[in-house]
Amino acid sequence: MNKKYDKPVTNAAGRVVPAVVNGKEQIPYMGVGQYKPTGRKYAPPIATCADYPSDGNKLVPSLKEALVRAGLSDGMTISTHHHFRDGDLIANQVFDIAAELGVKDLVWYPSASFPCHQAMIRHLEGGVINRIEGSMNGPLGRFCSEGKMKGLGVLRSHGGRYQAVQDGEVVIDIAVIAAPTADPFGNANGVDGPAACGLLGFSLADSQYAHKVIVVTDNLIPFPCVPWQVHGNYVDYVVKVDQVGIPEKIVSGTTQITRSPDRLLIAELTAQFCDKAGIIRDGFSFQAGAGGTALSIGIFFADILRERKMKARFMRGGSNKYLVQMLEEGLGEYILDGQTFDLDGVRSMRDNPRHVNTSPFTSYNYHGKGNFASMVDVVILGATEVDVNFNANVVTHSDGYLLHGIGGWQNCLFSKCTILPIPLFRDRIPVVREEVTTLCGPGELIDVIVTERGIAVNPRRQDILDKVKGSGLPLKSIEELKDQAEKICGKPSKPDLDDEIVAVIKWVDGTVIDAVRKVKG
Amino acid sequence: MQTSTGNKGERVRSDCFVTLELPDHGGREITVASKVKVLYGQSILKLAGDILDHFEIAHARLDIEDSGALPFVLAARIEAAIKVLMKSDREYLQDLILENRYHTACDRHRFSRLYLPGNTPSLMINAGIHKPDGIILDLEDAVAPDRKHEARFVVRNALRQLDFYGAERMVRINQVPAGLDDLDFVVPHNVNLILVPKCESAGQIHEVNKRIDAIRAVHGLDNPVWLMPIIESARGVVKAYEIAAAADNVVALAIGLEDYTADLGTKRTAEGTESFFARSMVVNAARAAGIQPIDSVFSDVGDMEGLRQNVLHSKALGFDGMGCIHPRQIRVIHEYFAPDNDEIDKAKKIVKAFEEATAKGLGVISLGTKMIDPPVVKRALRTIDLAVSMGKLSQNWREEDHE
Repeated sequence: MNKKYDKPVTNAAGRVVPAVVNGKEQIPYMGVGQYKPTGRKYAPPIATCADYPSDGNKLVPSLKEALVRAGLSDGMTISTHHHFRDGDLIANQVFDIAAELGVKDLVWYPSASFPCHQAMIRHLEGGVINRIEGSMNGPLGRFCSEGKMKGLGVLRSHGGRYQAVQDGEVVIDIAVIAAPTADPFGNANGVDGPAACGLLGFSLADSQYAHKVIVVTDNLIPFPCVPWQVHGNYVDYVVKVDQVGIPEKIVSGTTQITRSPDRLLIAELTAQFCDKAGIIRDGFSFQAGAGGTALSIGIFFADILRERKMKARFMRGGSNKYLVQMLEEGLGEYILDGQTFDLDGVRSMRDNPRHVNTSPFTSYNYHGKGNFASMVDVVILGATEVDVNFNANVVTHSDGYLLHGIGGWQNCLFSKCTILPIPLFRDRIPVVREEVTTLCGPGELIDVIVTERGIAVNPRRQDILDKVKGSGLPLKSIEELKDQAEKICGKPSKPDLDDEIVAVIKWVDGTVIDAVRKVKG
Repeated sequence: MQTSTGNKGERVRSDCFVTLELPDHGGREITVASKVKVLYGQSILKLAGDILDHFEIAHARLDIEDSGALPFVLAARIEAAIKVLMKSDREYLQDLILENRYHTACDRHRFSRLYLPGNTPSLMINAGIHKPDGIILDLEDAVAPDRKHEARFVVRNALRQLDFYGAERMVRINQVPAGLDDLDFVVPHNVNLILVPKCESAGQIHEVNKRIDAIRAVHGLDNPVWLMPIIESARGVVKAYEIAAAADNVVALAIGLEDYTADLGTKRTAEGTESFFARSMVVNAARAAGIQPIDSVFSDVGDMEGLRQNVLHSKALGFDGMGCIHPRQIRVIHEYFAPDNDEIDKAKKIVKAFEEATAKGLGVISLGTKMIDPPVVKRALRTIDLAVSMGKLSQNWREEDHE
């Protein structure tokens, strides 16, 4: 039996991390762009078409049978995607079936988890699942933080998930790809069907590299299923079920534009900053998240573009109705989209050739010959904490609890200008502080912090500082922001954390950038 | 006996709920349940202990249910609870922060003043960042009758501890005479201006000033405390000039239309026909007394176009500013109360003509064929100052105009 972790070492960011995780040797973080592995990428076993039905019909009667045929057994790694968000009905079933079959010690490798997956706690407690390598939100995060998970949690970015598969660090035994529409050959897409979710990009690595691939759909159509976002040529089995997802929880409707005057102020300051810094110009590109503040920033961008008769060359999704409106109004030429957040996004992706589906391979892949993330002019991201060295945290709260996944956050830091619009404090919890609880993004990649009480530009970005000098924007140093937060809230005590490690945070290259420690009961 | 102050519940933010009992034996028992316990649990306990020390309370059962309250709120809630259960002349006063020690000029511009309910700290904390000309900590209509006691402590502590980033720090007291006691909680803490609601006579202003003077004498203070009476009744409208001219520290006269229209037995409409007379009376009374006329609030916070129309109408009637109940209204109010481009251009011409005439030693100033009186020049200078301070005109407009 492997230890959860072993051999603590101090990495290049000064954080103590284990050099062995779940029995596997790790590379401690070496710095941005420093780790460049050589050799060959991992490859799945060779398949032969002669082994598959020549009529292309890979249907099997049930998910259980597909899992049995795929050879589900103890210790395997099972992957799922999160395009159905909180409306996913399939991932839980996979592990219910495993429990029924008496299978133990599985590794769940989701591209993200949601509140609906808290049912997994039963399987974590019962020994069906050894650990989660993926995001751990809400109750799952709490479970992990309290040291109750048998194996060590591993958190990766969307790009890092693809990299881990390519490096053979994670070998997916069985990929279960829930699909809104599929044909019996296994071609599948997300644009049609009752559970339409837009695209299936997060399952790309799974389809390409897993030893066995199962496509599960509730909308089976005759061959060919076009577009084939998932190629049937990778697929072993196809299962038809009654329902793969709950539509209203898949596309729950876009978060509304924030009505909070404080957040609107932050959004407006962010847009003004981008304008004064010369970022908003004809042909620029941006990526903003789906939160209320980020949406508002997009609206401010649209207003500026409309007024000056300019357009963005491309806009990065997650898409939503506001981004789609910009595309349709001609304020942006393309949406390069990783996930659709609402029905407008789904419709646009289905009908508009300028709304393009992307994957972690094109957008974020560390082992690609370049990726889109570094080509974006400005990216707007969130954070739970930022410290005086511009390091940021997105996975734990200040009390030490693991509550969010990394998503594409780490990958997006490589844009030409990374801006974090955040409140200086949230209900007495300072967001700008001396040191982050967990390091997820190194400060050298984080350029601007916009708060309601001032904007701090990373001193490493003298070019940006020169542009906004004398602009009338409320520029402050990051230390000033920290002092102001502490003056209002008081100096916070450090969370009382155990030495025991419960999870590690991977950097985009697969090295270990930080460890998450157990919260004392 | 047990008492409680403050608020708790799912939606409560930046506040706390305090339950206190003062038995005569058994020592102190303090519990803290807080969402920020990991970060501030110790500091909350220490603050509670300090306050009990301050009031020499040896035996207490104190339960604090905290939803991220800042120290000034915690202290206010605890002290309010103590003073329900025991009499004491002492006050637990936190520092009057350096940022809050400024005074305001009697004629500063007062386009916007943002109402903040006196017992709702979550709305106060970020009020200043929206840059209203003034903030009003409201002890009157925005506070339920059974919460008036605890609201005074919140307002007092906010005046001392909360940075409003240069806004004029105003308090609306309760109607005189009950409101006179509110003054004890605000005058010693560098309040800049007091709003006197439902004002109907000069006598009420005199009473307020008498109490202010008495408090200042006790504390040895000489800070100015300006008054802004609010006319909210038919009687008040009739007495508007008497009220506006009642004392030197009355710097503005406001109108409150909700109560006024109720008093008339009519309804407030978008066109405002029913309040035209009252608004004109207030403008005239204020101008006659040489002070600022200030308009009522516009209550639909979602209707920015309605607000804009209201502001334009208000400005046309002669008002200098109005109240607001949501930070989003501030910008519209500033933008449309501020001098528009025509007004700025005209003011620039007048100021230039004045400066040229002065340089030539001419006693009479003329623009084209028109003679310009000194008050017109004064108003033009004020328009220019305002335009510059609001960023609508460059500081160096004279040079830039020549280019």
